[in-house]
Amino acid sequence: MAKVAVQFTLNGEEEAEFIESGITLLKALREKFGDMSVKGGCHQGTCGSCSVLVDGELKLSCLMLAETCNGAAIETTAGLASGGVLHPLQRAFHEGFASQCGFCTPGMLIAAKALLDRNPSPSREDVVDAIGGNICRCSGYEPIIQAILSAARANSVSAA
Amino acid sequence: MALTLQSFPTTDAAGAALAADGASRYLGGGTLVVRQANEGDPSFSTYVRTTDPALSAITIEGGRATLGASVTMGRIISEGRLACVADATKSVGGPAIRNMATVGGNLYAPAPYGDFAVALLALEATVEISDGPVPLEAFLAARHTTYARQVLKSVSFALPRAGSLRFLKVSRVKPKGVSVVTIAAILEEKDGMMTSARVAYGCMADRPIRAQAVEAALAGKPRTADGIRDALTVATDGTSPITDAVASAWYRSQVLPVHLARLLLAEQGQGRN
Repeated sequence: MAKVAVQFTLNGEEEAEFIESGITLLKALREKFGDMSVKGGCHQGTCGSCSVLVDGELKLSCLMLAETCNGAAIETTAGLASGGVLHPLQRAFHEGFASQCGFCTPGMLIAAKALLDRNPSPSREDVVDAIGGNICRCSGYEPIIQAILSAARANSVSAA
Repeated sequence: MALTLQSFPTTDAAGAALAADGASRYLGGGTLVVRQANEGDPSFSTYVRTTDPALSAITIEGGRATLGASVTMGRIISEGRLACVADATKSVGGPAIRNMATVGGNLYAPAPYGDFAVALLALEATVEISDGPVPLEAFLAARHTTYARQVLKSVSFALPRAGSLRFLKVSRVKPKGVSVVTIAAILEEKDGMMTSARVAYGCMADRPIRAQAVEAALAGKPRTADGIRDALTVATDGTSPITDAVASAWYRSQVLPVHLARLLLAEQGQGRN
């Protein structure tokens, strides 16, 4: 199988690797770069568990080809915590019991980060829209929505 | 099956590669074709794409908008001058899908997808391909035959007055689910009468279609419950709704007139999705 070179930053670190042409970013992240925080759920673009940020835009790694990401800045949930300190969103999810089985959680966190990066003070409606492409089969969504709103409030307090 | 990606700098070069290899598929945003690959579709082995920047351009001049085929739903939403079609683009998927799904891909999306194409049909958009412009209605009718292996260049349409595009996507899953039925309408009104109407449906056939009988029945009538009554009686004329996991063809036919009435009678710009 033909191999192609890919080079991008993953959570701020320069990465380069030879990969099989035509594989998805999801497969490359998990199997070539060892980032298991990105989950493969439906592989149809329906569940959102594979969500990543590509150059700051929320995208689905199961529907992207890795080689189309050359030169991009990719962010995953694995890069959220810094020096062992949880990201405010992770802390809010933990404290608000917004994760049960946890499979959807990485995608939810990245979708929430995409929202807060561009809108630090979202309304509940904004939050619902932001996670509209992410499916959770066990939490009922309400703890997730509340956790994201809580993280936004905490951010605004710390920024004041 | 192993898949490979071929990238070309121009649309014409990508089009030629697509035409030369029957086992290739055009890769736009990936939401259709990579999904097909993930599902194990054995009918293709090569992705073809172009990095032509012209396909990502948005041009608005002379009251007309031209959207490159690679323009995403997300970019349309963030382009203030295209607020008139924002409701339709926001109805497509969640934020991640909207950052990937392209205008060109939406025109090929099978029902129940392709909601933006329904709005474009009501706007009487024109599709630009290598051979020249094609009316969207004609393009959609032949999208899986004559135009199946085309690389679209752009889609253009006359900008509607603010709020004049009525758009409704009915879904059973909130906030974002696939469509039971999607309706878009542009109504021209004068002295309390509808002088013309352009109405398009999604999910009421294998592709977005115009509701010609409805359009004819609305012309010359007031936009009131009485005025739209005749249009509602012919709401399903010419339709052949899809059946899927969300709704049967029968169900779609039953609920269409109800939602059509709500859309037509809503105050301007108050369609919902």
